[in-house]
Amino acid sequence: MKVLGKSRRRVDGRAKVTGQTRFADDIVLPRMLHMKLLRSPHAHALIEKIDIEKAKSHPGVHLVLTGKDFPVAFGILPVTQDEYPLAPQHVRYVGDPVAAVIAKDEQTATEALDLIEVRYKVLDTISNPEEALAKAEPRIHAYSELGNIHRLQAFEFAAGKDAVEDTLRKSDHVFEDLFFYEGNTHLPIEQHAAVASLDGEGKLTLWSSTQVPHYVHRSLARVLQKPATHIRVIACPNGGGFGGKCDVCNHEMVVAKAAVMLGRPVKICLNREEVFYLHRGRHPVLMKFRTGVSRQGKLTGMHLQTLVDGGGYGSYGVASTFYTGALQTVTYELPRYKFEAARVFTNKPPCGPKRGHGTPQPRFGQEVQLDKIAEKLGVDPAELRLQNVLKANSLTANWLKIGSIGLSECIRQVVERSGWKGRFKKMGFGKGLGLACGSYLCGAGLPIYWNRMPQTGVQLLLDRSGQVTVFCGATEIGQGSDDVLVAIVAEVLGIDPFDVRCVTGDTGMTPVDLGSYSSRVTVMMGNAAIQAAEKIKQQIAIAASEQLGVAPDRLTFADGRVFFESKSLTFVEAAGFAEEKFGTLGSVGSYKPPRSPGRYKGAGVGPSPAYSYTACVVEVDVDPATGWITVPKVWIAHDIGRTINPVLARGQVEGSVYMGLSEALMEEQIFRRLPPQLSSALVHKIPSLLEYKSLTSLDMPEVDTVLIEDPDPNCPFGAKEAGQGPLLPVMPAVANAIYDAVGVRIDELPITPDKVLRALEMKASGKEARVGPSHFPAVPYPEPVIVPPPWEGGDGNALKDFEKNKMKIAAP
Amino acid sequence: MRHAQLGLTVNGESHEVSFAPYKTLLELLREDLGLTGTKHGCELGECGACAVLVDGVPQLSCLVLALECEGRSVETVEGMARGAELHPLQAAFADLGAAQCGYCTPGILITAKALLEKEPHPSRARITEAVSGNLCRCTGYQQIFEAIEEAARRLALESPR
Repeated sequence: MKVLGKSRRRVDGRAKVTGQTRFADDIVLPRMLHMKLLRSPHAHALIEKIDIEKAKSHPGVHLVLTGKDFPVAFGILPVTQDEYPLAPQHVRYVGDPVAAVIAKDEQTATEALDLIEVRYKVLDTISNPEEALAKAEPRIHAYSELGNIHRLQAFEFAAGKDAVEDTLRKSDHVFEDLFFYEGNTHLPIEQHAAVASLDGEGKLTLWSSTQVPHYVHRSLARVLQKPATHIRVIACPNGGGFGGKCDVCNHEMVVAKAAVMLGRPVKICLNREEVFYLHRGRHPVLMKFRTGVSRQGKLTGMHLQTLVDGGGYGSYGVASTFYTGALQTVTYELPRYKFEAARVFTNKPPCGPKRGHGTPQPRFGQEVQLDKIAEKLGVDPAELRLQNVLKANSLTANWLKIGSIGLSECIRQVVERSGWKGRFKKMGFGKGLGLACGSYLCGAGLPIYWNRMPQTGVQLLLDRSGQVTVFCGATEIGQGSDDVLVAIVAEVLGIDPFDVRCVTGDTGMTPVDLGSYSSRVTVMMGNAAIQAAEKIKQQIAIAASEQLGVAPDRLTFADGRVFFESKSLTFVEAAGFAEEKFGTLGSVGSYKPPRSPGRYKGAGVGPSPAYSYTACVVEVDVDPATGWITVPKVWIAHDIGRTINPVLARGQVEGSVYMGLSEALMEEQIFRRLPPQLSSALVHKIPSLLEYKSLTSLDMPEVDTVLIEDPDPNCPFGAKEAGQGPLLPVMPAVANAIYDAVGVRIDELPITPDKVLRALEMKASGKEARVGPSHFPAVPYPEPVIVPPPWEGGDGNALKDFEKNKMKIAAP
Repeated sequence: MRHAQLGLTVNGESHEVSFAPYKTLLELLREDLGLTGTKHGCELGECGACAVLVDGVPQLSCLVLALECEGRSVETVEGMARGAELHPLQAAFADLGAAQCGYCTPGILITAKALLEKEPHPSRARITEAVSGNLCRCTGYQQIFEAIEEAARRLALESPR
């Protein structure tokens, strides 16, 4: 390897340190107008009347839009097309956009918002899942499955009905625990911005801080009822995403419509408060785990129930809900598994995907419960995990195909480096260590909308100057996707990464890539890039072989040369001979994940070409007098398959540690009721960067990062993801460390000093030293879909289909 | 509203600007002078993304009224490089992974520059404290600390005492 595995300045590094990276709000176009959105002050209401006349005649105002201008609904998932760019009638959270003003500047647009008169009929507010379960009316969405329950899911991965219950009954131990994970938000430092403009041909271009230009492109075509060929979406480099720019957003639709109507460029940049309303962040999830364990410490079965607070719209919620259960099987051997989930609608900003998408919540529960299991059985928590780690190249109970697993080595590394054996349980009161593990996807196996096309495409152009240009729809959100793309092309062609030009995230210029989400970019784009680069390399090799008199497959491409022993051409010379022989040089590559063996309805969430693994040890100091928690050090080992650029990979892991600690200790997206004289509305408690607490540089501990390379055959050069997986073990490791330090269980996040103090008081008064949820409400989960696991005679289908098939075979 | 007139120095060049008088220094830089390298994350003085140097002192440009800047000298990220050559802080940030998405980067670079000008050999604790008003959601700060330390070393080599 000449490029991969070596620490390099990222290809876009210079632009970032000189202020030249052009984020969406940095775009300024001649004759550009500015847009502001009027948002609902009520959490739940019907618009009875909306009067825009005064606003329209305000000096400097060019256009006022309302819900009437947008007859077509949209939504990121085909099954939940439940949002309008501007609400036509029904508003579902404080901040739901109802009107837009386009004016000569932001100041004028803001003034004109105050001139719009809206008469609302205020409806009762559904503020939390228990209320949503109890009250079918007022209904937040007519399409929800049952009252205000958006979606119900139930699966039993076992030979037959109640088999999991049977397993639990027969287990030596059954652990039953409730956990709660509070919602939180992405908090990218860049506020969402978008600029729309008509080009010289009258076609629409939208520049946006989006992680998913392809989905925005499709949605714009639908909402504006314009041909997709007349719309170009350019994803500007994102100033942080973390999932917060994965949804198709109201403001993108509205600003585009305004530009089309006015024939002038229009810009919107959300303010920080609006970013909190847009949200699409971590779902609050209540969880009930019942886990069976043998005397020897082997897991026998698990029954997991989740109750998911979705907020006011669908967003990614159906997928997020599946993800609260889909990946419980990919870390440890789990013979039988039952999973029931419900997502409810509430009158709060919609929840969606945040780093880890639906999996950090159950991962927290599972890993804290494992700590309790180890304690009860008198086993070391690291040993308990090592004993249960899934084997490489196996199938899980829910039919996920696992490739390489470097988890055991990850556990051994963090145990060794943290001095675990000599320090766990031995650090004295107030100090402790906690260990946890995690696993994540390297890209979702299926696209968001059903199709059989590739999930990503890469195109290469090469000319006689030796210039290589690589095109891909992938989106640079700071994670380094441009650098991965360039590095892989440079590695295959044996050239310097800085000699590759890269064009990404532009639906008008680049092949489709579904976007920067589900940790899919390195694996999918990387595989497509290898395919494209190998094709062009083959052409160059054939042309060079004729010149050098050497068989093409004996030629090496490295250091800007094409050579065999002393026979050598420069890459530029070889490219010239190839252009002579084949004409203009270009190639394409694409990638579609392997088909998953799961065949049951619901099997689409969870499959991935590969899974990454992480182990983490967190050290804490807990002040028993104040409950204050400090984290002096974190050890983390991540199974990355192969490292493409160690500087960036380490940055992804340490950024995950940061965000994980921040979620564990302080981040929460929470709401309060205004007093009755102020409308009693349910409002965001703290829509500001100052009051939404997150870790600062002063709170950040030293991090010891180890990258474990266990290459996966499905991945480009074996490289797995690094952006999301390393977050997962951090939160439970903190909770487990607090138990080691002061002997109290905090079974909900965030773990704040008041909760620690409360638990310490309970401990002092002889009560169970635990703070966490105390009951799980009755949820009308449906009869589970029964899917026999591979080792119980299953074939990947649900039992009913499986038996139908058997009958068909028996009676031809 | 009538425009206001102002004379100030930005990155060593003097400017006469005509602008809407309600604007902050941040807006003046980004909208009237086209210097979009300075970023904003809150416009409330919470995130540090908009830090610039005013007469050598780091200031949150979203909290400074442009009208207050008559005759002052402002330095932004665009003024850090020496011609085409990156400032050692910029080079170290680019090389060592201190800029991921790059959005908080200009504010942190400017803050670090002020620190190193006052204290050429700061301890890790001083660096941590100096950038504690700059929020970064990507890096976990480790590589930022290391880049500032590396830049201090490179600067010391450039100007041996």
